Amino acid sequence: MNILLNLKEALQSLNANKLRSLLTILGIVIGVASVIALLSIGESAGDSITGEIESIGTNVIYILSGNDSDDVTNPKDLTLQDAEALANSRRAPEVAYVAPVISGGSEISFGAEGRETSISGVTPDYQFVQNITMAEGDFISEAQVEGRSAVVVLGPEIAQNLLGRSSGIIGSAVRIGGYPFRVIGVTEAKGGSAFNNPDNNVYIPLSTAQTRLPHGDSPNAVQFILVSVAQAEDADQAIQQITEVLRSTHRIPPRSPNDFRILNQQDFLAVAASITNVLTIFLGGIGAISLLVGGIGIMNIMLVSVTERTREIGLRKALGARKKDILLQFLTESVLLSMIGGLLGIALGWAIALVVSQIATRSGTPLEIIVTANSVLLATLFSAAVGIFFGYYPANRAASLAPVEALRYE
Amino acid sequence: MSADEKVIRIENLAKVYQMGEIQVHALRGVSFSVDRGEVLAIMGPSGSGKSTLMNMIGCLDIPSSGDYYLEGELVSSLDDDQLALVRNRKIGFVFQKFNLLARATALANVELPLRYAGINGDRKARAQKALEAVGLGDRIYHQPNELSGGQQQRVAIARALVNEPAIILADEPTGNLDTKSGDEIMKLLLDLNKTQGTTLLIVTHDPEVAAIAERIIHLRDGAIEGQEVRS
Repeated sequence: MNILLNLKEALQSLNANKLRSLLTILGIVIGVASVIALLSIGESAGDSITGEIESIGTNVIYILSGNDSDDVTNPKDLTLQDAEALANSRRAPEVAYVAPVISGGSEISFGAEGRETSISGVTPDYQFVQNITMAEGDFISEAQVEGRSAVVVLGPEIAQNLLGRSSGIIGSAVRIGGYPFRVIGVTEAKGGSAFNNPDNNVYIPLSTAQTRLPHGDSPNAVQFILVSVAQAEDADQAIQQITEVLRSTHRIPPRSPNDFRILNQQDFLAVAASITNVLTIFLGGIGAISLLVGGIGIMNIMLVSVTERTREIGLRKALGARKKDILLQFLTESVLLSMIGGLLGIALGWAIALVVSQIATRSGTPLEIIVTANSVLLATLFSAAVGIFFGYYPANRAASLAPVEALRYE
Repeated sequence: MSADEKVIRIENLAKVYQMGEIQVHALRGVSFSVDRGEVLAIMGPSGSGKSTLMNMIGCLDIPSSGDYYLEGELVSSLDDDQLALVRNRKIGFVFQKFNLLARATALANVELPLRYAGINGDRKARAQKALEAVGLGDRIYHQPNELSGGQQQRVAIARALVNEPAIILADEPTGNLDTKSGDEIMKLLLDLNKTQGTTLLIVTHDPEVAAIAERIIHLRDGAIEGQEVRS
């Protein structure tokens, strides 16, 4: 039996039941399209997160209180004293800037417009650690920290949302947690994603935050400390120095675990990679389930088809068809169904991914869609495999029919 | 091919079906042989075992016991694929209900046995020749539903002939046809027997159909009740 004739016959037979074939194909189309779309969206989201993290810069180090990897029962809070010790250039020479941060949720409002947001209490060095440039006005100054001033620096997006504009608002009064604050500056738009958008940040002096925002137990506690390193290549050395300084300020005996964590870009990237991997597997899994359902649809239809064509199978056997001829005939049909579905599904999945990326971009989260050759190849092979896997049982059933029984079947 | 001129030699053929607890003896030791080029009719009332016998002769089923030689080859002991090959090369079936593929042209229907035989080069030419031999040379691209019953049975006969089989096995070939078409089909089968020397076995319960045979075997209760040799 030659393959072309087999294909032609399979096409004729699928064509004879157009609607049925189309609906069966649709099951596979949806399955493959969701695999392609979800995998590409997952991968793109992963890339977007990674890009976000890379934009932090390799020279920024995060210090957090507590330690999950070792058993530390009573971690000390990070304090302003810790930050001061780190800023001491003799104790930690590789550290350029130190920015302790108190951050907490609070309501910020302007007139009737209000929203719950995260507020950061910072020192002037925060601007240098995070490379913040001002669109207008100034960042928080040393004097304002010392004077516990009720002043605020807004990201352009929150300013836009709250005051209806992001420029010419210096001197406006907003309320944070009910207290009036004077706007002294607006940061330059940086763009960002839903995960971390600096344009939405609200900064107040650290000292003001100590009294206005809830934070750790001791009065000098901060949530975390940001440190920038003069030379990115000295980051490891800086981490070493920071560890030593904090172990001494926290009075940790030798061979006891740290009660703080030091994270740099690599650490965040590793965490993000594991998160996006889980995300991709999860999304791919959802797609695979719909492909599975599509495959069951093929099996179902092929079983119906075998029953309907029992006499035809009997006749073919009477005319000399061997078991494998019949097997091949029905397998060709099911693989054809799944491959057509697979190809259409790739196109549809691609289109869905593009639409999602358009929507994401319009709503301010640029998401570049990557449909990789890998995912296309995977979908094609997978749909062919679905055709073979779910087609084999019905085909084998057809091939195993006894010719006498099949011919007699009404 | 064996030296003797017997196309079919059947010795003590028996078939027992197990129907739950009960054993049904469809054939109880049938023996006969058929000469090359002979026209033989197998007659009997329903339940006489003639369908079972036809299935055995057509290699569609295997006997419970006994031997069946087709052109000298013991076919009662072959496996499924070997039986498929024997059906393909040595037996041409003509069914009561024609059994054509509904969506295929007359030509494609006749080509089918050649495809299973693995013949690719002159398949179309041979199928066309077979259709011309049954008088349908001008209808080769018609589908079965565009043909009359008699014409459909002609396509079926062309399909049976196309592999030049040793025997043509016709099961009630006129059962679904009116008298006139039925007569024409019988005449065609006889003509082919005369011109091409194909051995013809007709299974029927219709005495008029059987009347054209040179020999009639009467079956009853799974055994041969009698034979009549004519002409």
